[in-house]
Amino acid sequence: MIALRMLHDVLALGVPFSVALLLAALGENFNQRAGVFNLGCDGVMSVGAFLAFLAPYLLARTALAPFANALGFALAAAAGVLLGLLFALVTVTFRASQGIAGIGLQLLGWGIAGTMFRHFIGGVVGIPGVAAWPVPGLSRIPFLGDVLFAHDPVVYLALLAVPASAWLLYRTPWGLRVRAVGAHPRAADTMGTSVARVRYQALMLGGAMAGLGGAYLSLCQARMFADDLVAGRGFIAVALVYFGRWTPLGILGGALLFSLAQALQLIIQVAGIKFPYEFAVMLPYALVIAVLALARRSRMLGPAALGKPYDREARV
Amino acid sequence: MRRFRALYVAGVAAAAGLAAAALASVVLLVIGASPWATFATMFGGPLRDLYGASEIAVRAVPLTLVALGVAISFRSGILNIGAEGQMQVGILASTAVALALPRLPGTVLLPLSLAAGAAAGAAWGGIAGWLRARLDVNEILSTVMLNYIAAQLYGFLLRGPMIDPDELMTGSGTPQSMRLPRGAWLDRLVPGTRLHTGLLLALALAFLVWLFLWRTTLGYRLRAAGEEPRAARYAGIRVERSLVVAMLLAGGFAGLAGSVEVAGVHHRAIEAISAGYGFGGIVVALFGALHPAGIVPAAAFFGLLLFGANMTQRSAGVPGNMVLVLEGVMILAIVSAGMYVSNPYAQERALRAVRRILRPRGDAPGAAPGPATGEGGP
Repeated sequence: MIALRMLHDVLALGVPFSVALLLAALGENFNQRAGVFNLGCDGVMSVGAFLAFLAPYLLARTALAPFANALGFALAAAAGVLLGLLFALVTVTFRASQGIAGIGLQLLGWGIAGTMFRHFIGGVVGIPGVAAWPVPGLSRIPFLGDVLFAHDPVVYLALLAVPASAWLLYRTPWGLRVRAVGAHPRAADTMGTSVARVRYQALMLGGAMAGLGGAYLSLCQARMFADDLVAGRGFIAVALVYFGRWTPLGILGGALLFSLAQALQLIIQVAGIKFPYEFAVMLPYALVIAVLALARRSRMLGPAALGKPYDREARV
Repeated sequence: MRRFRALYVAGVAAAAGLAAAALASVVLLVIGASPWATFATMFGGPLRDLYGASEIAVRAVPLTLVALGVAISFRSGILNIGAEGQMQVGILASTAVALALPRLPGTVLLPLSLAAGAAAGAAWGGIAGWLRARLDVNEILSTVMLNYIAAQLYGFLLRGPMIDPDELMTGSGTPQSMRLPRGAWLDRLVPGTRLHTGLLLALALAFLVWLFLWRTTLGYRLRAAGEEPRAARYAGIRVERSLVVAMLLAGGFAGLAGSVEVAGVHHRAIEAISAGYGFGGIVVALFGALHPAGIVPAAAFFGLLLFGANMTQRSAGVPGNMVLVLEGVMILAIVSAGMYVSNPYAQERALRAVRRILRPRGDAPGAAPGPATGEGGP
């Protein structure tokens, strides 16, 4: 009975924890499917988290307050699109080395969020955030109701984003083009698809989703902003794409694995079992390394042109 | 053509610099600061007196050491982003050794403590190298994760087992270690400033790294494996082993940077001691074209930037996080410029564009064999 109770708590806590990772990783999946390895995801999440926080912080007690959260999400997505454009300019147009450029984007995003946070706010301030909205009827189901249907609306939308991104990737002409420029850009180019255009589009979409993932952290999960709020989740999201073998369903599994591990660790701490808190924080990062080591065979399933800039004039 | 080459590279560098400055200016304008005044303080402020110059050099020491290691790893085809964490384990190890053996004479203790730091950093970096060589784990992700793990380990040890007993007694509880015994300190180079003999060590190591990479067989193997792994393997070089060696060296340099910072500046392990040097070192290495002769001046430039950012924080109210923005845009600008510098086609196109502008209209370019040379080959 206690075990069941604990399982319930871990699941009910872990499902919302997965949203930020899930949104960012689904976005990163579009980037990588198009052949671009975007390590800057973490920085984009920082900017998204900050801007999303800024809207309700500034609009509190104004006439616009009811729309502040929606505005926050919109701002975060818009900033993500802009940063995605910047990254596309650097890696697609200028054909820069993607790994290092990603670290540049990460530092830039982290720096922007930190600079603006120190300047406009300065300290830790709470915001009301997005309220929970239990789905009528469904949330009454014993056990499953609390686990799946008693969260804020963004959780449901994020879970719906999994089939949506699978549909986009596998069932639309645009998805086919994305997969084509990631697998064999020269063939796609020969068939009349503009490799650069599709990669730009994928990076903008990926950026927007990373921004939304960050926004979820500040608006729904933490309900505040701090310099280190994102704490490497963008990098974990990149690792999840490998772990999920570039499929939305696999990514969902990976995101849940991580968030459930995090929830379990919290619940063990609350239950009073003592071990140094620092080691609990280390856990997800160590898990990433373990997961990457185990997922090494999946590299063969990945986009063939991943990480390679496409140069039309290069000799074959 | 050759004369144009220098002009072309300078033009690309200038354009990249301008683009980086423009991007950073956007962020400054958003927070309501004047870009001109901020940059003037940042780059001019530290140079006004001897103290400023010494503080630049103090910052250039760890930056040089980290960047040397980063350059070795990048040249060997493995991207070490983990210098921050490698510095922290280096700090822990050298502090622990120095505190455990306070009776040893300085001539033994100091080298021992520095070596312990380098060894710990090497081990920490070596993990990522081994994971890449054996299990094909992306080294960027693993080193970033090891950074987060090291940060937690660092905090745990400084708050727990390694905390200064005085902090517990007075109850202030600042997470820091005990002060190192005098024997484990690096001497001050200029009295009245914080500049220490670590500067000489960094300069000597810069020379040694050049010697190693360009004048030894092992260095050649590392560079060959980094340049074209398949060709290197065909030539009998064990690429996997060279990846591990590169990461051991890179981690060792970062660990040493941490130890030198403790022994030379703070004399105890404190929080936030690595102060972003791990990431700054990456930018320095790229800025210095992954060559020791470029890294030393680049480290001085970044020392200026870091100290200048301190000054702008105080005088212009621009948060210190602005350094991260500058580092980010500089990385993006440098890697973008790389393609234009190395791609002969891009250079050709630029050359043609310049000719079109310089030449009078009636003269059809390319039709008659003009006096220009070098237009033919790629």
